Parts: sequence; C-alpha cells; structure tokens
Amino acid sequence: MDFNDTKDEAKFRDEVSSWLSANADKKEHAKDIYRPAEMSSEGESGESSALKDAKAWQAKKYDAGWACLHWPKDYGGRDATPMERVIWGQEESKFKVPGGFFEIGQGMAGPVLMLYATEEQKKRYLPPMAKGEEIWCQLFSEPGAGSDLAGIKTKAELDGDTWTINGQKVWTSGAHYSDYGIIVTRSDFSAPKHKGLTYFFLDMKSPGVEVRPIKQITGGANFNEVYFTDVKIPDSQRLGEIGDGWKVSLTTLMNERLAVGDASGVDFQEIFELAKDQDFNGDTAISNGAVREKLADWYCEQSGLKYTKMRNISALSQGSTPGPEASITKIVSANKLQDIANYGMDLMDNASIARDEETAIFQGSLLGAPLIRIAGGTDEVLKNIIAEQVLGMPQDIRVDKNVPFNEIPTGSKN
Amino acid sequence: MNFNFSEDQLLMKEEVKKLLDKENSVKRNRNVLEGEEKFDKELWNQLVQMGLTATTIPEEYGGIGMGFLELCVIAEELGRGIAPVPFSSSVYLATTAILNSSNEDIKKEFLPRLASGEIIGTFAHSEKTTFPSESGISVAAKSGKVTGKKVAVPDGDIANFALVSATSGKNKIGLYLVDLSADGVEIDSLETFDPSRSHADISFKSTPAQELSPDAWEDIEKLLDQSAVLFAFEQVGGAEAAMNQAKDYAMGRYAFGRAIASFQAIKHKVADMYISLQLARSNCYYGAWALSNDAPELPTAAATARVSATKAFYECSKENIQTHGGMGATWEFDCHLFYRRARLLSSNIGSQGIWKDKLITSLEKSNSPT
Repeated sequence: MDFNDTKDEAKFRDEVSSWLSANADKKEHAKDIYRPAEMSSEGESGESSALKDAKAWQAKKYDAGWACLHWPKDYGGRDATPMERVIWGQEESKFKVPGGFFEIGQGMAGPVLMLYATEEQKKRYLPPMAKGEEIWCQLFSEPGAGSDLAGIKTKAELDGDTWTINGQKVWTSGAHYSDYGIIVTRSDFSAPKHKGLTYFFLDMKSPGVEVRPIKQITGGANFNEVYFTDVKIPDSQRLGEIGDGWKVSLTTLMNERLAVGDASGVDFQEIFELAKDQDFNGDTAISNGAVREKLADWYCEQSGLKYTKMRNISALSQGSTPGPEASITKIVSANKLQDIANYGMDLMDNASIARDEETAIFQGSLLGAPLIRIAGGTDEVLKNIIAEQVLGMPQDIRVDKNVPFNEIPTGSKN
Repeated sequence: MNFNFSEDQLLMKEEVKKLLDKENSVKRNRNVLEGEEKFDKELWNQLVQMGLTATTIPEEYGGIGMGFLELCVIAEELGRGIAPVPFSSSVYLATTAILNSSNEDIKKEFLPRLASGEIIGTFAHSEKTTFPSESGISVAAKSGKVTGKKVAVPDGDIANFALVSATSGKNKIGLYLVDLSADGVEIDSLETFDPSRSHADISFKSTPAQELSPDAWEDIEKLLDQSAVLFAFEQVGGAEAAMNQAKDYAMGRYAFGRAIASFQAIKHKVADMYISLQLARSNCYYGAWALSNDAPELPTAAATARVSATKAFYECSKENIQTHGGMGATWEFDCHLFYRRARLLSSNIGSQGIWKDKLITSLEKSNSPT
C-alpha cells in the first residue's frame, strides 16, 4: 500500500511538471487561484477577460500537445492513458492557470461526437474544441424536464433533409459565449417517452436561437434560457438514429457525472482557521467542545473523499476502471459546503450578515451551495444511481413507461 | 500508485472470510450471547490454527512476521462476522503493546505464547465512566506491585494477563503486565450490553506486576492510535454486513405490491449507508497506510478512521433495523447482534467524543490539516 508513482508514471509526471514550470506560475498556496492579468479599460466584463486568458492558455497547451490528453492524436489529443490524464490534472492544479470554459465541450460534447459523428465532422470539430477555439454548450434541461430529462418537449420536425426546431431549454451553462451546442429534442410525440427523442449538434449562431441569462440567487448569471424559433438543423448534424436520442443522451450524462467533481467554496480549512481566530463565549471557538465535534465531522468527510479519490486513481493506475462509485463525491462535498458555510456564518454571529473580506466566501458559498446540490444530478438522482447502479436495487416503478408521450402529464400543474 | 491491499493480503482476507462463513460466526455470536460461555473457544482455536494471532509477531518470537496491513484485513472480516472472540484485546492491544516495548525479557516470555494462542492478553485502562486522561489514573504501581481498580475491562474474565496503566510516582503513568491468576486479583464478570463479548471489573491488591515502562503515557497514546485503525476496520466490516442485510431484506420484502427496495425512501436510506461506509473505508485505508509505515500522520489518520468508522457502523446497524421493520427489532432476527456490536466497538478504546477531540487536537498540533 503506497502512493508512489510507477516508473513510467514518475517519468510522465516529470515531463508534465517541467513543461508547466516553463509555461505557468506555480501556486504559492494550495488555495491560490488564477486572476486575469488585467481587466480591460473599455469596461470589458470579468468573464470576457477570463475567457480570453483561458483561450490563450488552452491554445498554448494544445500547441504543445497537452490538451485533451486522452483523446486520439488525430483529433487533437495525445492518446494518453487515464492515469496520465490524472497526473496531468494533479500537476496542472499546482499552477495558477485559467480554466472553466471548455469542460462541457471537451467533457460531454467531445465524447458524444467521438461515438456518433462522421469522420469528417470529427476532424472538423474536435481539434478546435480541444484547442479552445470553439466553445460548446449542452442543451438538455427544459422548464418541464430537469431530473426527468426524458420529459423534454422541444420539437424537431423533418422536412427533406432539414430539421426545424421549436421550444425552450433552460440551465444551459455558457450558452452566451458558446459557438456550438449539443441538443436533445422530441421528434415523435406519439411514441413512448424514451423512444421519441432525437439528438443533434447545432451552430449557436443559427437564426432563431435566442439566449437569455438567468440571474441566480448568488447574483451571478452563469446559466441561460435558450429559445428556439424555427431553427434549422441539417440532418447531417443528427447524432445517432432518429428516435435514439435517449441512448445518445445517456452517453453524455455518464460523462457529466465524471466531469462534476468537488464543490468549490469553503471547506474544512476555512472553518478550521475561522474557529481558531473567532471569539466564542469569552474564548476561541475551537476551544469549545461542540465546535470541535463539528470540525471533526467535516474533516472526516473531506478526508474520506480525498482517499476515495486516491482509491479510484489507484484502480486506474492498476489498470481497472472505477465505476459509478464516484457519485458520492458531489453529494458529500455539496452538502458539506452548505453546512460549513452556514456554520461559519453562525460562528461570526451578527457580524456575518455584513459583507466584508472575511464573510464574503462564507456568504458566497451559502448562496452557491443550493445550485451545486442540483446541477449535474440532484442529490436525489445521485442516490438513485448509487442504489440502482452500485448496489443493484430495482428501479422505481414507472407510471409513464410505454405510454405515448402526448398522454403523460408533464411539467408543473400548479 | 497502489493505494490498496496487495493480492496476497486480499487473498488472506478471503480465507478469513471463508472460515468465518463456514463456521457461521454470526450464529456463534448468538450462541455466546445467549449462553454461559464467555467466548467461542472452538472458533478462537480455529483462528489460532490459521495463524491469525501470530500475524504481526516476528518469527524470532514464534510468529509469522507479517505486518499491520494483514491485521487490518483480518479485523475487517472479524467485524463482518461479529466474531465472539477476544481477538481485539489479545492481538490489537496486548500483542501490539508488547511488540512496541523494548523489554526483551517480556517479549521472549509472552510473544511466543500469544502467537500460539496458549495465552490471551488484554489492556486494562478505564477506571470510571469517562475514558482516562493522564491525570485520571488512580491505580498505583509501587515496588513491583499494583493496587487499584479497572472497570469494564474487555475480556477481563478471559485473559491470562492484562497490561495495566498505573501511576508510577511523580505524575508519571507507567504500563505494567499483570498475571490475572496472581494473588490479589479479584475479577467480577459484568452483565453487558453485548454479551457476545465479555467484560469484567478487575481489582488489584498489591498484585505482583512486571514493568513495561514507568513512563508510558505516550506509548499508551500510540497504542490507542494503532489499535484505533484496527478497530475501525472491524467496524467497517460490521457496517458493510449490516448494509448488505438491509439491502437483501429490502429486495425480498414485498409491500404495497412491490419490493420495498423499489421505494426511494428505502433506496436513499441504503445509499446513505453506502456513502457513510465508503468514506469510512477510504479513511481506514489511509489509517492502514499510516499504521503500517509508522508515519507521523498516524494520530490524525487513526482518529479520522476511528471517527468515521464508528459513525458508519452506528448508522448502518440502526438503519438496518429500520429497513427490516418490526421483525428487525425481534430477538430472533440478527439485526440486533450488529446493533449491539456497533455500540460495543464504539465504547472500547474511547468514545466518539474522545476521538473527535483527539482528531482536532492532532490537527492543531500538525497545523497543516489538508
């Protein structure tokens, strides 16, 4: 039992580390984050400045062969092993580099194109996706279909070799800066729910696509509503067979669950430091037994996730594939984030309500946590996955199975 | 990277599991619980014959010279089988304490007999209803004799000898080896919460004692950390067994015209058990790494493993009863055997509050918790 690299892994890590050292700044503290060098004087938003930097860093990696390492070389990758990809991630996280715009394309759209697109399409779309030149979004959820994704109603009609799309998507991350999107639609309303879906990719600049930001409870707007009015998609951009869109969607969702990791925000270290400094009943908070018990619980969760990840990486290193066991990560980390944020504010008492340097991260985490518990599979959906796919328990009994979709009640009835 | 047990270790784990399954150790637990015997001698002898009591003892002292990692996998299986044997007292605690010591005479005298199962040892530490702090020990050692009372000593009425914590003068706590058949030893067997494991109060009146160390508080802390990892593996084994019982029962139990395992209320309950168990298991692996490498991280790793495994076994054993409904709370069903064992293991070597406090203390000391 050890944490040591194999000889090949160590060699690869050296190679990665020396390229990163030559091309990026190392973090001084684990929690350091990349900040855009300058906000443009023309009033450019923080996001577009960050996007510009992220694109530049991604292109630099791509040119040196460090983008989407596990992809085939022909499509912009380097045919790396899963373990090499892990090592890259571990090493890159030690450097102050921008990111955060390409995960949906590279993590979800890419694998679907790899499986379902034509060779010509793969050669056209995958390399710019790897390079960060073109950004992709995922058009799945709808107002009436979230966890119950197969309940979507966006309509696709075929005329000749062109499809016409009408409807509305919601919770689309990054739609406002995306060049392309993957979309699942309903092409047959009289077929049972899971049988009438068809999957496409489309140009987000197509006429009839309208993107409207959603302001979240944090005040930020990372998500969008996307409206489709008579949007045309050529049949050549269909992925999978007509009516087979559910199967294609599952490929995407499986990759989504791998892509969604720890929730970012306050963690054990923040609450530990706060408890050491904070006054509580005439002493420091950390001297209080009740506070210590809480801290211990969160440390155990954080540590448990860390070493669960190590066990998964170890499985990769030993040549086996980790299964859906990784589903526990988001459930545990998102709830921990919410509880730590809430407890931190509790420790800071009434002063926690004012926004300042010390309270901001706790306030932001408390407001951000609810959406993390929902995005990319709710706590409840993930627990179903654990019960069904890890433990082999039966699926829920379904009242909508084998019923024509247009006879199923959907959406909100109040 | 190989953050897992070796193939040989996993093979050994499988062998121990096979033996405990074949011998139906859960049924044997019930026999001890309901019967007059203080432990299952037959099962104990089989474990001894398999060489398990000799696991960590070097060959020069009659052992087989394996390490703590092997002991971890054995502990997990003993937990899964809620085995009614004094393994934790004799192996995790007494054997480890003697292995840690530099007293060559005691090693030569006791290790070969521990390895062969000829004798059973235990650790006598608690004196009141709270786990002892350094200033809370009143049993006193003087001129090679100990006097005072230890309470609820695990296997106190089974063991041939006990390692006893006692004041050695000048505010020092020493560690003493006492033959429990010696003069001046009075053993009172207790009626306990989990009668599958025997406990006794032990009084010493000028009882002859061999000194392991006159200044042993740090040694005792280390012994507790080492054994905490092993206890945690035992707890994880028990927790997994309880989770599987709940799942299996839910798959076969029909209500409202369907298997209750198809209800989200039950699925999510079992998923919660699984989450708790996975976190505990992963922390145990880290504990095993720190234990087998005698790493400076041991106090943190051991407390983390112990706290999360205690939580996991409690949660899995109580929700297992809940999943079974009324039948889960009958004497006839096995659920309560796991529920009792979960509570027992949480109390032996210090309660949850003690270990949570130890964890935060070690993080304050190391000052780099993440």
